[in-house]
Amino acid sequence: MKRVTISLRRQLFATPADGIITVGLLALLSWAGFGVLNWAINSAQWLVVRANAAALTIGRYPEAQEWRLWLLLGMLTSLAGLSWGRLRGASGWPLNDRIAVCLLLALTLGVPPLLAFGPLNQMRLLFLLLILLLGRLAFSHRFSQVLSKRFGDWWALIWGVAYVFGLWLIAGGLGLQAVRPSDWGGLLFTLIITSLTLLLALPLGVILALGRRSSLPLFRYISVGIIELIRGAPLITLLFLGQNLVGFLAPNGLAPDRVWRATGVLTVFAAAYLAEAIRGGLNAIPRGQFEAARSLGLSSVNTMALVVMPQALKVALPAMGGQCISLLQDTTLLSIIGLFDLLGMARSVLANPDWLGRYAEVYLLLAVLYWCSCAALSLGSRALEKRLASPGLQSIPNPNERN
Amino acid sequence: MNATKQLMIEAKGVQKWYPNGFHALRGVDLEVHRGEKVVIMGPSGSGKSTFLRTFNALEDYQEGKVVVDGMELNNDLRNIDAVRKEVGMVFQQFNLFPHLSVLDNLLLAPIWVRKRNRVEVEQQALALLERVGIAEQAHKFPGQLSGGQQQRVAIARALCMEPRLMLFDEPTSSLDPEKVREVLDVMRQLAIDGMTMVVVTHEVGFAREVADRVVLMDEGRVVEVAPPDQFFNHPEHERSKRFLAQIL
Amino acid sequence: MPVPWWRDNRKLGWLIQLVAGLFILFAIALLLGNLERNLARAGLQLTLGWLNQPAGFDIAETLLPYRASDSYGSALLAGFINTLRVVVSGLVLATALGVAVGAASFSGNPLLRGVTRVYVELIRNIPLLLQLVFWYFAVFLSLPSADQALHLPGMQLAKSGIYLFGADLVNGELVGGVRLSLELAALLTGLVIYSAAFIAEVVRGGIASVPLGQWEAAKSLGLKPLQILRLVVLPQALRVIVPGLNSQYISLAKNSSLAVAIGYPDLYAVAETTLNQTGRGIEVFLLLLVVYLMLDLVISVVMNAIDRLVRLQER
Repeated sequence: MKRVTISLRRQLFATPADGIITVGLLALLSWAGFGVLNWAINSAQWLVVRANAAALTIGRYPEAQEWRLWLLLGMLTSLAGLSWGRLRGASGWPLNDRIAVCLLLALTLGVPPLLAFGPLNQMRLLFLLLILLLGRLAFSHRFSQVLSKRFGDWWALIWGVAYVFGLWLIAGGLGLQAVRPSDWGGLLFTLIITSLTLLLALPLGVILALGRRSSLPLFRYISVGIIELIRGAPLITLLFLGQNLVGFLAPNGLAPDRVWRATGVLTVFAAAYLAEAIRGGLNAIPRGQFEAARSLGLSSVNTMALVVMPQALKVALPAMGGQCISLLQDTTLLSIIGLFDLLGMARSVLANPDWLGRYAEVYLLLAVLYWCSCAALSLGSRALEKRLASPGLQSIPNPNERN
Repeated sequence: MNATKQLMIEAKGVQKWYPNGFHALRGVDLEVHRGEKVVIMGPSGSGKSTFLRTFNALEDYQEGKVVVDGMELNNDLRNIDAVRKEVGMVFQQFNLFPHLSVLDNLLLAPIWVRKRNRVEVEQQALALLERVGIAEQAHKFPGQLSGGQQQRVAIARALCMEPRLMLFDEPTSSLDPEKVREVLDVMRQLAIDGMTMVVVTHEVGFAREVADRVVLMDEGRVVEVAPPDQFFNHPEHERSKRFLAQIL
Repeated sequence: MPVPWWRDNRKLGWLIQLVAGLFILFAIALLLGNLERNLARAGLQLTLGWLNQPAGFDIAETLLPYRASDSYGSALLAGFINTLRVVVSGLVLATALGVAVGAASFSGNPLLRGVTRVYVELIRNIPLLLQLVFWYFAVFLSLPSADQALHLPGMQLAKSGIYLFGADLVNGELVGGVRLSLELAALLTGLVIYSAAFIAEVVRGGIASVPLGQWEAAKSLGLKPLQILRLVVLPQALRVIVPGLNSQYISLAKNSSLAVAIGYPDLYAVAETTLNQTGRGIEVFLLLLVVYLMLDLVISVVMNAIDRLVRLQER
């Protein structure tokens, strides 16, 4: 420990220039840090957050139906806990694990009282945390080997079923009271749109990527055209197009709900970028893989599905992870066309004369929420890469570019 | 009729041009009978690999005829698929599937192409791995194996489809010298067991020991075809002599 | 025996394309038919004549003289010029900041390295729109009035705008110097800080791609770190950096359209107002598409030329 501090000090003041930079940065950082803390504790008025927590998290979701969302949250946390437990086999996990647990404990115990959540909600959150940790324990060590092998392949299916079940819980219909998309708002809306778009854009992206590489000119030109057109246009113009022009293109002005129009545009947009990432993955697969598969008698379809795609997707995973993060951030543009994603909800809250001028508080909260979500996605994608890497395979370096 | 049945490969007047205009095969003929071992040699760019790859439709050709085990290789998809089931190929770059274990590499094609039952194929696969000497690596992944081991897995993978003809495209050219021997041993044993083999290689020792005939190709043409004794010791053509002078 | 068409390797490709082509043409015809009918019903046949009609709305700031009685065409042109203002200055500033941060991430000073790391990771994971509205509403809108303007080296910050290069307080108002509206300032700040984080990563990747041996050789020749960077490493790193910059620049150009959220009248904002007033969705959209695609093209062409230049100097 002492050696670290000594070498650190040496590095920080190696040259006079370094010394000046170090001192200057320290001064700047402490001034900024104290300034922000001072503001956060003294002059900031956090009432706006407490009062609008419901609106920001679930928009205008009917209060009587909120239990469905808590149920959904409970289901997700248990699955997340179990998944966490399973993933602990991968390298690098044990140490970060305990830190994460302590962090979560601190957050769950400390933040709700700060934001003055009611005691009922505090209990609920604590309960959820317990479920999460229980799930994590359930899969640790001894159990992990046995159950993991047994249920390994079913895991994706379980999450899939959970997702569909979750959508049903949110949207209603078939026994539950229906809640229209226009009433979904805030964080709930953002998460739904992001996940739905991703699920739809993935297969579309694969199709576009395959089309781009097709030997048949018609499909190649169409794919290139679509991809380049979409990548060249700002997202806001495409969303604008979706909102205003779909009505013109549909028969008799019959157009789907605004939310679905926007989702459709986002899907195609994300698919074009995903296609490029997947294409990068496909390009990295040596021709020999195709040839070996074909020479064994595998059909083109089987070659793609069993040999090439699994490898290509693994290579493209870092770039695809970047696209997921971009997609989450792009959902904020929905606020410009009048939809109530998290940012849109926040702006409508701020438009309320009661909360005039409380921009900093609300936007900082949002910044924290988005940052945590993106960071989580980033970590998740990296963990997934490690998990899916075939033993012994050299990871092909991929520029982790986000546009 | 019987004589044709014995014919594994019949290539007549095969010509191939690449899209950029390069004339890769300029009218080659070859006959390979069942159980024969034919070694194709030649300088790089002579078209020997290209010719080999026409036998399982990895390369197409514009003129001439290639008939493998009675099925003509033209643009009929059914023929192409049928031929590929019966012909196994081993590549210079091994081309094992890195995302699958060794065992799964072997099982993939029999299950998906021949629609066989996984359990019974597994028995056969393990026996094959035993035969090539790497049974204990069955659950490892290709990335964890040495070059020689990978190539032996590749041979076992091709054999798992029970082919009637095995093609080898410079199987040892990417291997370290110490590893070449273990692969050649497997190929030698395969020859003894009676497999029809066409091998493109630079390994003179292997050709001398195993080949029934040696084919020399140069600039897209077959220059000379002769049994190894005659080819290596008393070559007829000038180009053969020049080639042998370079490699011996 | 002739090969039946469904098994024929050579014919199958063309057949599939033929069938697919027919389907696509049919679908397009259907959509265009709907379009035609709906447009006719709304009385909005496709035309560009309306561009000459008076716009009837004001634009908050323009470089060229513009009045509400000028045509839609002029309004859109003014918007386009505003977009160019932001994009050009944004590119320059973001590049400068990005290169500085990217280079700083290789500094020997661990504090500096840490700060750059935190900056990049922080900015990349927060949506640009959120950053823009934060800068505009939370920061710039809460600037003090002109008589209590904030003084920074070379500029004065007040509610009425950002004044560069000398401005004097006259009767409680700031006059003279170069004035940037709050909207433009906020847009530039947010855009530059955001893009610079990504550019920094591109630069970092480029410098990292230069083999360690180059650094060592330069050091053993007695060159100082900044000199090594400037004379040895950066020129080689540029090979990798320039293509990456291409996509970041295009991103920046497209992101400038978010100006509409904070009231800066760029091309998209003006186009949206135009659409609301004329209802001419298709023409406006096509116009926007063409302009932005042209912008991308120009950026790509320039970057490709630079790319070639960087490569030429290699040999």
